[in-house]
Amino acid sequence: MMRVALLLAVLILGSTGGEIAITYGMKATGEPARLRPREILLFLAQALRNGWFWAGVPLMALSFYSLLVLLSWQPISFVIPASALSYVVGTLGAKYILREDVSPARWIGVVLVCAGVALVAAG
Amino acid sequence: MGHEVRIRIKTLVMILAMVVCANAGDLMLKRGMTHIGAVQVSASGLQHAFISTITNGTIWLGIVFLIGFMASYMTVLSWADYSYVMPAGAFGYALLTLLAVVFLHENVSPRRWVGVVLICVGVLLVGQTRPRTTEAVVREVAA
Repeated sequence: MMRVALLLAVLILGSTGGEIAITYGMKATGEPARLRPREILLFLAQALRNGWFWAGVPLMALSFYSLLVLLSWQPISFVIPASALSYVVGTLGAKYILREDVSPARWIGVVLVCAGVALVAAG
Repeated sequence: MGHEVRIRIKTLVMILAMVVCANAGDLMLKRGMTHIGAVQVSASGLQHAFISTITNGTIWLGIVFLIGFMASYMTVLSWADYSYVMPAGAFGYALLTLLAVVFLHENVSPRRWVGVVLICVGVLLVGQTRPRTTEAVVREVAA
């Protein structure tokens, strides 16, 4: 039980932490001037030179491997709904780390999405 | 067109691209792997699976779609909030259920329908908030 909770924490914190690092890297890179394929490709190439992007990748890989290990211990109908908690954890990270303004409407939406994904994944 | 409206439209277009690419990519990978068959976990089995996957066109198409997903995710995060894009992307789960009903005539449990409705209401709520709230932080980071 303890090791399942621990690995679930690694799974959730790894994926949200990785995405937050990548978001930070993208915000630091700027944004493509126009949404043309050529400009988007040049912009992404520039983003790949940002350290925050490469900080995010191993975190997401760690999260993926904990998912694989968890799936070998627990049924998928437990693992995927439980990992839907990352919507709430990710929003907390967005608020306190990325300093995004999470309005009450957005919070309610996130909680509904989290519950909805858990129900859909549980089948 | 106003600045806010333009940001909203291009954010929604990119989220739609994310959802389409992620679903199409998963579908192609599943098709490709089903075609290859169950992988035997042994030295020769894994070698056989490796060769079958890298020579399978459907798998490569799936990988291209998943790279497209990552590219659109990274691009939209360069201007939109993470707390906007992440929940909005969950729309894909609802879409997948609807596609399964319409095209595959799958039976969907009442519990799953409740989940689909919650996701749709949640995404609509998140969707009507401002996609970008961190103007000041962006300038600070870029400086």
